[in-house]
Amino acid sequence: MLLSVTGLSIAVAAGRAVDQVSFTLDRGEVLALVGESGAGKSLTGAALIGLLPEGARLAGGRLEFAGVALERLAEPGWRRLRGRRIGAVFQDPLAALDPLARIGDQLVETLRVHHAASRPRARRQAAEWLAQVGIPAARARAWPHELSGGMRQRVAIALALAPRPALLIADEPTTALDVSLRGQVAALLRRLATGQGTAVLLISHDIASVAAAADRVAVMYAGRIVETGATAALLRAPAHPYTAALLAARPGILHRPDRLPAIEGTMPPPGATVTGCAFAPRCGRADARCAAEAPDLPPHGAACWHHD
Amino acid sequence: MSRLLLTRLLEAVPVLLISAAAAFALGQVAGDPLAALGLDASAAQRAAAAARLGLDAPLPEQYLRFLWAALHGDFGFSIRLARPVGALLLERLPATVELAGAAFLVALAAGIPAGMLAALHPRGLAARAVMAVSLLGVSLPTFLTGTLLILLFAATLRWLPSFGRGEVVALGGWSTGLLTGSGRLALILPALTLGAFQAALLLRLVADGMRGALASGHVRFARARGLPPRLIRRHALRHALVPVLAAFGMQLGLLVAFSIVTEQVFQWPGIGLLLVQSIAAADVPVMTAYLVLTSVLFVALSLLADLLALAVDPRLRQGRGG
Repeated sequence: MLLSVTGLSIAVAAGRAVDQVSFTLDRGEVLALVGESGAGKSLTGAALIGLLPEGARLAGGRLEFAGVALERLAEPGWRRLRGRRIGAVFQDPLAALDPLARIGDQLVETLRVHHAASRPRARRQAAEWLAQVGIPAARARAWPHELSGGMRQRVAIALALAPRPALLIADEPTTALDVSLRGQVAALLRRLATGQGTAVLLISHDIASVAAAADRVAVMYAGRIVETGATAALLRAPAHPYTAALLAARPGILHRPDRLPAIEGTMPPPGATVTGCAFAPRCGRADARCAAEAPDLPPHGAACWHHD
Repeated sequence: MSRLLLTRLLEAVPVLLISAAAAFALGQVAGDPLAALGLDASAAQRAAAAARLGLDAPLPEQYLRFLWAALHGDFGFSIRLARPVGALLLERLPATVELAGAAFLVALAAGIPAGMLAALHPRGLAARAVMAVSLLGVSLPTFLTGTLLILLFAATLRWLPSFGRGEVVALGGWSTGLLTGSGRLALILPALTLGAFQAALLLRLVADGMRGALASGHVRFARARGLPPRLIRRHALRHALVPVLAAFGMQLGLLVAFSIVTEQVFQWPGIGLLLVQSIAAADVPVMTAYLVLTSVLFVALSLLADLLALAVDPRLRQGRGG
């Protein structure tokens, strides 16, 4: 077991944004964390690389990564882990690269920081990494603004994977990209990561990316995980009504965008008092028990009273 | 890139023509040279003098003649000192350039580290002190800063001279105070006075820029990649310096402009002091030449600033970056 998260809670000013989240990740495995914006996916990812935004803090839980208790780490300890053992790619590829440095130089810098390689060797490795993500070596001298969004995100992936971390937090790595590119970039991420034994926590609400890259899926709703399962099985037969609604709401080739079924209502925000199942007010199958009592998440399956 | 440079150069032409016209107009409104002939001069004498001085020609022609002469460095004779204005200004220019240069170094040396400090530890005591002092720096008028410094370091402590430039050495046509002990000592107080305001301004620009850069996506990604704080600071500083460079040309120009007050306070023999003395004596040719010279300086410096910004930010080199 590479990573074991138990009872992770994160507090923001309004209250708990992540509540008692638990999951595990094996070496080389890809786990997708899906759910709508505000469900607590990104905060969970940020906590795992010690970069929680201002105003958010750990409120409990154990984060055990390769024998290290992440929840107890102070900044100097995080600095030894970041990049080298735990990496991250973020949503916005336009903002992720330093606009004032050539992409090759950014790769060389990152490689040299972690491996203290000689400059010529780092240059060779940088060219190899660019080739791995499908960018010709000649483009190493390109500036970020000269590349398309998809190319920039592939450079960002190369930058995050180049130090060969054991765990990669990929926070919406495909969301800012053109729909036609999403699955492709997600598959590339999976191939490169698992190829070198890097486990990935893929945070996404893009089902196509999840289907292309993830081994397992955990569905988050209002700060909790409501369903987990193997990707293919979960996508084929969702057990939780929220998962089913989420899958039904995704745009497909056969759907016309103006006829997407939306999920009625809104997710309770952090700090809202919720009795019973948080999804009950929006759920077609909710009954008196759902409104009164919150269901627990079984080891495999869904946190739903109507699921057996 | 060269196209941008060409555009900037072409833009400079009307700016210079307009400021030259303003300087020329000053000569038209600030007194009639023929009045010097006295009340007894006959109409014929007046006409003769006007013809000799070229004052009988229509105004546009006079302006063109003025431009042509100015292009050759000929601004006429100083009424007060009876010497060619061009030579007079050239003689005084080194003092002002050395003062402005030293003040700029003071501003860089104080403003950049203090701005970084304020951005890196915004809640620390040092950062708060720095921001408070900078507020004082931007709000205290130069003559007051100068007078207070004189009171402390010259009058009370007697460490530094309160006026003048000390001994100077001629290097070709350039008189420098940097090579003599007394010249360097004399430079300290005026440079501090003139640099204080700039340092405070620079500090605020750098602090704002650093704060913005530190909160940006690429710095977050750099931290996530495990780049050490030293490299992160360097990245952020580069971003903070882009707007500073853009403001740099104007700042150096302002240094020259503000040097009028500083030179007056310290009796620094530069072009600012010359201007103040010339205004007092209604020495119009000197005032006109000063205006032309400073506008050329402003235009040249902002061109230089544009070039520096181009060198640092690749996005600017492409007309429009995505």
